[in-house]
Amino acid sequence: MSKHNEWPLWEVFIRSRNGLDHKHAGSVHAPDAKLALQMARDVYTRRQEGVSIWVVPSDQIVASDPGEKAAYFDPMEDKVYRHPTFYELPDEVNHM
Amino acid sequence: MNETTDHSALCAEHLRYVLRIADGSLILAQRLSEWCGHGPVLEEDIALTNIALDLLGQARLLLSHAGRLEDRGRDEDALAYLRDEGDFLNPTLVELPNGDFAQTILRTFLYASWQQVLWEPLLESRDPTLAAIAAKSRKETRYHCEHLAEWVIRLGDGTAESHARTQAALHYLHPYVAELFASDADDAAAAAAGIGPEPATLRTAWDAAVLPVLAEATLEVPPVTPFRSTGRLGRHSEYLGFLLAEMQSLARAHPGATW
Repeated sequence: MSKHNEWPLWEVFIRSRNGLDHKHAGSVHAPDAKLALQMARDVYTRRQEGVSIWVVPSDQIVASDPGEKAAYFDPMEDKVYRHPTFYELPDEVNHM
Repeated sequence: MNETTDHSALCAEHLRYVLRIADGSLILAQRLSEWCGHGPVLEEDIALTNIALDLLGQARLLLSHAGRLEDRGRDEDALAYLRDEGDFLNPTLVELPNGDFAQTILRTFLYASWQQVLWEPLLESRDPTLAAIAAKSRKETRYHCEHLAEWVIRLGDGTAESHARTQAALHYLHPYVAELFASDADDAAAAAAGIGPEPATLRTAWDAAVLPVLAEATLEVPPVTPFRSTGRLGRHSEYLGFLLAEMQSLARAHPGATW
């Protein structure tokens, strides 16, 4: 229990169909992992949104610092050659 | 007894057999929906409402089926909203007040566990509609039992306060459990006709599902008393009338109204 006497927070990831990736759906409060899964099921898959659920304790997620956004992501702005569309393909491989 | 009267006699018993199950789902759905917007946390509020909606869905299918068996032109709405107290055949357990969260969870667990052991033999029912409803409901009930069992264990084996409340709930609810396994002539006739199991035959499976959970929750099962509730015979506790008054008031004030 946190100092606010609240249940810990869990991040919920849902796989909507077989073959697709789990996607972040939101979060739930739950006292432990088992109930976190059940809460996630009841809150996020009521309308057949999923075939698989992951829950992760929110405090176990290591996140990038929003203040470092410029240093982290801006340098990629002018690296157009990292996109495959930068390269012209010879006609022979046009259907690649 | 000629074949026709034999058939109509069985129809009456068949109908009551289905209504007892239908009304159990309907009345518990109504009780659980009282928690909507009042759950201890948002997540559990939704979880309880989901269970209530599943139960309501079962009730709708079962009551529609009962209406066809009865063949007097009553649909699910007429059976849910226009019958009087004495015509309801739910076991008394499901009409008792919710009480606190522990009592709500424990009552729902005790009844959902009974449903769980009922749906299995109903899959083999000679009434194909009843078998199909059992097949659909079984998956819902399985999750209900799982979720509720987790709560029973956490509440019973939780803090001193949650343990005391859950133990008190078990003392309050336990006398009403016996009725779930009390068979009468209707049940016997339905069983003989292959409609569904006699409730008495469900006890062993229910014990096997429920007692380990109560033990893990460190709850003490009270001794059996001679008291027998009689909701399945249409003789109810003082609570059902008030529940029906609330549940039926809108439909009775505006007959045939639609959204």
